Amino acid sequence: MSRQTILGLGAGIIVLLLFPVFLPRFYVYLVSIILLYGLLATSLNLVLGYGGIFQFHHAVFYGVGAYGTTLMLTKTGLPPMLAFIVGPLASAAFGLVIGIICIRLSKLYFGMLQISLGSLVWAIVYRWYSFTGGDDGIHGIPIPEMLSSPKSAYYYTLIITLASLFVMWKIIRSPFGSALQGIRDNPVRSEMIGINVRMHQLLALVLAGFFAGVAGSLFVVVDNTVFPDMLFWTLSLEILIMCLLGGWFTFLGPMLGAAVIVALRTFVSAYTDYWALVLGIIMMLVILFLPNGILGYVEEKFKRGFMEPEIEGQ
Amino acid sequence: MLEVTSLSKTFDGFKAVNDANLAVGKGEIVAVIGPNGAGKTTLFNLITGIIKPDSGRVLFKNEDITGLPPHEVCRKRISRSFQIVNVFQRLTVFENVQISVLSREKMTWNLFTPSASLAIKETDEILESVGLLKKKNRTTALLSHGDRKVLEIAMALGGNPEFLILDEPTAGMAAEETSRCIDLIKKLSQTMGLTILFCEHDMEIVFGIANRIMVMVRGGTVIQGSCEEVRCNEAVQDAYLGGSDVCLM
Ligand SMILES: Nc1ncnc2c1ncn2[C@@H]1O[C@H](COP(=O)(O)OP(=O)(O)OP(=O)(O)O)[C@@H](O)[C@H]1O
Ligand SMILES: [Mg+2]
Repeated sequence: MSRQTILGLGAGIIVLLLFPVFLPRFYVYLVSIILLYGLLATSLNLVLGYGGIFQFHHAVFYGVGAYGTTLMLTKTGLPPMLAFIVGPLASAAFGLVIGIICIRLSKLYFGMLQISLGSLVWAIVYRWYSFTGGDDGIHGIPIPEMLSSPKSAYYYTLIITLASLFVMWKIIRSPFGSALQGIRDNPVRSEMIGINVRMHQLLALVLAGFFAGVAGSLFVVVDNTVFPDMLFWTLSLEILIMCLLGGWFTFLGPMLGAAVIVALRTFVSAYTDYWALVLGIIMMLVILFLPNGILGYVEEKFKRGFMEPEIEGQ
Repeated sequence: MLEVTSLSKTFDGFKAVNDANLAVGKGEIVAVIGPNGAGKTTLFNLITGIIKPDSGRVLFKNEDITGLPPHEVCRKRISRSFQIVNVFQRLTVFENVQISVLSREKMTWNLFTPSASLAIKETDEILESVGLLKKKNRTTALLSHGDRKVLEIAMALGGNPEFLILDEPTAGMAAEETSRCIDLIKKLSQTMGLTILFCEHDMEIVFGIANRIMVMVRGGTVIQGSCEEVRCNEAVQDAYLGGSDVCLM
């Protein structure tokens, strides 16, 4: 990492730490939501951008994490902090199950089967009133005292998000991460140099599920509610667009995409009910004009400034 | 070292490989030749596990490896390069070879050590030996075709193989690149003691470096023998030259 990057990141973190001091309560809530959605999108990008796996229904893992955390908090007498570990672990386990079922299929079919299975889970959550609260969801979830104020919820979200991003960054830079990117570029070649492609993809799915679950548990802390729409496929689409918009071959792209989408959604919803339409238009524009996303575009321009890519004659 | 007996593979009723037989001894360089669509690439795919055979056997060092998945075949120290360039496009030249080395050292389950600090020396050595060290930080997508073909071989070397399979290693290369590539193959055989199986359309290259040759036509083995035996074999001339009785070359 260059010195500028470190300085930039440091400055960014300081600003984030200071937000609650001068921002009104609503904006603190909004930034918390952006952070946890950014974490969610980054966890998707671990398998999408770095793993080349068409994870079309990532929201399910987010929902499972949130419901897992909530059910632990409301239905058991176990220490509350445990819930914030159990939720993500449930997501990871669920990622393993879905992974084992879907991994044999090639790209698009993987995504399609995942959407079907995910919708099944959504239907169960939506219907099972006695356990999940059905379509009403669960409100007023009892959060441990130390996390219950908006400010402490914000700081908790910030710390956990940064820690999770750091861990994912390490993973991407590790030999496992290199192998994963190799698999993305060329699965056949990866097999041929001795990499067990399916097992590596499976671990990636479990890790992505885990961090999606962490994001889900953060939502419980920030909003004190869960509802079935958290694992509806439209949310998956939204997360997907965050990755594409921000730049799915960059690490911080999904976080940027989350910031743009969440902010837009908040302000657009104040004027019109047609958020889905706006989202669709954004998606189209990104695909047509920014195939590598905002950050991907910036990176491209930035690199070009220093060195023209050298393409040798055939 | 490698023994292939009556290997067959049918695609939708089309016999791509049909009763192929092949024996490669330790330290040999064996060439597979045959017209386009003869089934050479499919034969290599069958040996390396990318495709599962319908029947027949592949023995490597007297061990049955028929139908093993590619990543296990690789563990037996069999590596290959591909006819159609098959590398990691978004990664650099260095990273391409490094992943191969990391994989061999079973380090790809390591989640927390930075890759950038691992296997540097060995990766550099491999790049040096194939002459790509100067271009190690280039993104693979920006390499010339010839360099990418060489990178193919470098990636195969990352697995520290005993047995190397090269599918048309010089295809599409300029004359000068071709001669460098041939020197490289000779070097791999002579100084590193690798056993090499390759296929190639350029007969000059084939007769220049192969110890023995296997001729494949319509999926089957026509003959396997020394260069001289193959050169004047009638069936080979039938297949190649439409029955004229001149010796090849
Ligand atoms: N996966 C596949 N499905 C169907 N047919 C295939 C498949 N792979 C190869 N074939 C067919 O099998 C035949 C043999 O192909 P193969 O690529 O092995 O030939 P080759 O000897 O390598 O030819 P070339 O010299 O052109 O590389 C061809 O007719 C090809 O169309
Ligand atoms: Mg071929």
